[in-house]
Amino acid sequence: MKKDLLSIDDLSGDEIHLVLDTTEAMREIGRRPIKKVPTLRGKTIVNLFYEPSTRTRTSFEIAEKRLSADTLNIAVATSSVLKGETLADTAMNIEAMAPDMIVLRHASSGAGHLLSRICKSRIINAGDGMHEHPTQALLDAFTIREHKKRIEGLKVVIVGDLLHSRVLRSNVLLLTSLGAEVWVCGPPTLVPAGIAQSGVKVSTSIDEAVADADVIMMLRIQQERMQGAFFPSLREYFTTFGMTAERVARAKPDVIIMHPGPMNRGVEIASEVADGPYSVILEQVANGVAVRMAVLYMLAGESETEN
Amino acid sequence: MKTKTLLKGGRVVDPANGRDGAFDVLIDGDRIARVGRDLPVDAGTKVVEIPSGLVVCPGLIDMHVHLREPGQEHKETVATGTASAVAGGFTAVACMPNTNPVNDNAGVTEYILKKAAEANLARVYPIGAVSRGQKGEQLADIAELKRAGCVAITDDGRPVATALLMRRALEYASMFDIPVIEHCEEQTLKGDGVAHEGFQASSLGLRGIPGEAESIMALRDISLSSLTGGAVHIAHMSARQTLEAVRFGKSKGARVTCEVTPHHFVLTDEMLGAPIPYNTNVKMNPPLREAADVAALRQALKEGVIDCIASDHAPHAYDEKEAAFDDAPFGIVGLETAFGVAHTELVQGGVLTLPELVARMSTLPARVFGLAGGTLQPGAVADVCVLDPRQQWTVDPARFFTKCRNTPFAGRELVGRPTLTLVAGKIVHDGAM
Repeated sequence: MKKDLLSIDDLSGDEIHLVLDTTEAMREIGRRPIKKVPTLRGKTIVNLFYEPSTRTRTSFEIAEKRLSADTLNIAVATSSVLKGETLADTAMNIEAMAPDMIVLRHASSGAGHLLSRICKSRIINAGDGMHEHPTQALLDAFTIREHKKRIEGLKVVIVGDLLHSRVLRSNVLLLTSLGAEVWVCGPPTLVPAGIAQSGVKVSTSIDEAVADADVIMMLRIQQERMQGAFFPSLREYFTTFGMTAERVARAKPDVIIMHPGPMNRGVEIASEVADGPYSVILEQVANGVAVRMAVLYMLAGESETEN
Repeated sequence: MKTKTLLKGGRVVDPANGRDGAFDVLIDGDRIARVGRDLPVDAGTKVVEIPSGLVVCPGLIDMHVHLREPGQEHKETVATGTASAVAGGFTAVACMPNTNPVNDNAGVTEYILKKAAEANLARVYPIGAVSRGQKGEQLADIAELKRAGCVAITDDGRPVATALLMRRALEYASMFDIPVIEHCEEQTLKGDGVAHEGFQASSLGLRGIPGEAESIMALRDISLSSLTGGAVHIAHMSARQTLEAVRFGKSKGARVTCEVTPHHFVLTDEMLGAPIPYNTNVKMNPPLREAADVAALRQALKEGVIDCIASDHAPHAYDEKEAAFDDAPFGIVGLETAFGVAHTELVQGGVLTLPELVARMSTLPARVFGLAGGTLQPGAVADVCVLDPRQQWTVDPARFFTKCRNTPFAGRELVGRPTLTLVAGKIVHDGAM
C-alpha cells in the first residue's frame, strides 16, 4: 500500500478487495467478549478533527482501541487552531511528537495532501472538504458486498447533494472501479460540473434513477454547506428527491437503502424508509469500525515491512 | 558628462519602427541616438559587443505587477521587485494599487516612486485605485493620482462591483485619457470558488469559477466604455468567453484593450491534480482553465486580438502558500519566467514571430498606456533589452531575484532568455555576471 490513504485512488483493485477481506476478520474481533487484540500495541495514532464529527471520530477511536493503539483526540475547539496556528504548523508540531498515524478530518479539500507532504506519519483521510472520505466508501462497499455477494454489475443509485459530498466522490471512484453501474441523481444545482466524465450516469429524475436499482444510497442535504439557494425549500426537495416507500417500490425487490449519516428525516429520506426493512443504515455504522480496523492494520503492517 | 554606449552587432528587433535586421544601436546618455549599420565609434564611446544571434529590442514592459510595497514587504519590495523585473528583461513595470495602505492617494503614489528612484533599476509606473480603499463605493482622488504619476486606475483583485461606479470611473478617467484596468470577475458568480469550474475541480472537491464570471463583467465594461467613451483595459484574460466579448467590443470600435499572462496561455487546470495534487502554486485568480481556453488565447494572440502579455507577478511567502488549497492566497510570481515561457511556447511553438512577441511585451504596452519606451526611435529613452533566443535554461526558483518562489514553472525547460537590460542607457542587469 501507499504511505497514506487520502483517496480511493491510492488503492489498487487488489488492495480494495484485500481491505474488504480483512474487514471480515476484524469484524469477528468485535463480536468477542474481549474485543481487543495487541496488533497495534505501541503505535501512537492522533485523531485530528477540524470539523465536528461524532460517527467517524468515534468509529476510528473504537477501531484504534480494539487494536491496542495509543490514541489521542485533538478537536478543533480545544486546540491551538483558535490561537491562529496554521494547519502546517499544527502538523509539524504533532509530527515532532512522532506519532505513527494521523487521522485527519478537515473542511478544506486536499488538507490531507498537505499533511502528507509535511509528515512522515501515515495520513488517513477521514473526510477533506468536498473531496473524499475513503473509509466511508470502503465500509459502503463492504456492506453492499455483504448483502449482494458482489459489486460488479449492480445498479447503485446515489441521490442527493452531489456537489458538496465527499462520500459521493469516494464512492464513485470505488464502485466504478469494481464494475458497478453507478447512477447519480439530484437537482441540477447540486450536480458537480463534468461528473459524467467519471463514468456515471446522471439523472435529475429520481423515478428513472431508482428503477430496478440494487442499491440506493442517500446523501445528506448538508444545510451547513449550502450558502446559496440550491433549491427552493426542504419541503419541495423532499417531494422531488426524497426517498419514499413508493419510490423504493420501483427498485429491485431486494434493494438495500444506505445513508452515510447523519440523516435528515423528512428531507432526503422518509422515516418509514430509514427505519424500514430495506434499510442497512445501522449495519453501515457497525461495519465502519471493522473497515477502519482493517485500514489501520494494513497501513501499520506496511510500516513494519518498510523498516 | 554624458556617456555614449554602442551596442554593436546582433539582430535589432524594433516593431515600432518596423525594423528587424543586423544593426548597431548608439545610446547617448539616457536616450537612443542612432540605429544603423556599422556606426562609427568615437573616442570615449563604450562598446558593448553583442554576439551574433542575440536580439536587441526595446525593453520589455509589464503592465501588471504586484510590488507589495507599502505594507507587505515580507512578500516583495519595490527594490526586489524591480531587481526581478530587470532580470526578466523588463525595463518598466506598472504596479497594482492593492498595497497596504491602498494606492488611492498621491501620498502612496509618491512613496512608491521614491522607493523606485532609490532602487534605480526598472521604471515603475504606479497604478492608482478606482475607488477609495478599493472598496467600490466612492471614487479615489483620480486627478491627484494622475498628477502624482499614476498611468491608469484599477481596483485589481476587487472588481468594480457596480455598473454605476464603473461608468463614473470611465467618464472621470477619460478627462485625463488614462485607461481603467478591470480585473473582470462577477463576484456573485465567482462566489468562494478557487479553481476553474470543470471536471478537474469537481474531482478534487474544489469550488469552481466558470469562465462566464469573467466574460460577463468584460461585456459589461465594454458596453460602458461605448457609453462613456472611456478606455477600458481587460486584465489577465483566462476564458475563451472573454475573448468573444473583446472581439465583439473591438468590432464595434469600443476603446477596449486587453492582456493575457503566460500561465494562462500555457497551463491548464489539469495541474490541479498532477503532478502535485492541490499544488498551491497553481492557485491564481483568474484560475488556470481548459485546453480549449489555452487554444483560444493562442489563436487570439496570433490574430492580434490580444494587445499585451503581462505577468500578473504576485509574490507570496512560502509559508503563506503552504496551506490547504482553499486557504492559500491566489497568485504566482512571473517576472523572471515571462519572456522564457512566452518565447518557448509562442515563438518556438509557431504562434508568433519574435517581432510579434516583442510587440506584445514592449511596443503595445507602451502604446496602450502612453509610456516612454517600447521603441528604439532616436530620441526615445534608452530602455533596451538584449535577448538570447537560443539559450536553453531550466527554471530554478532558488535563483530568483524576487523574494518569493511561488511559481508553477519550477523545473521547466525553456528556450530564450534576456541577458542584458539597460534602463536610461545604464546597464541594470547583466546575465553574464
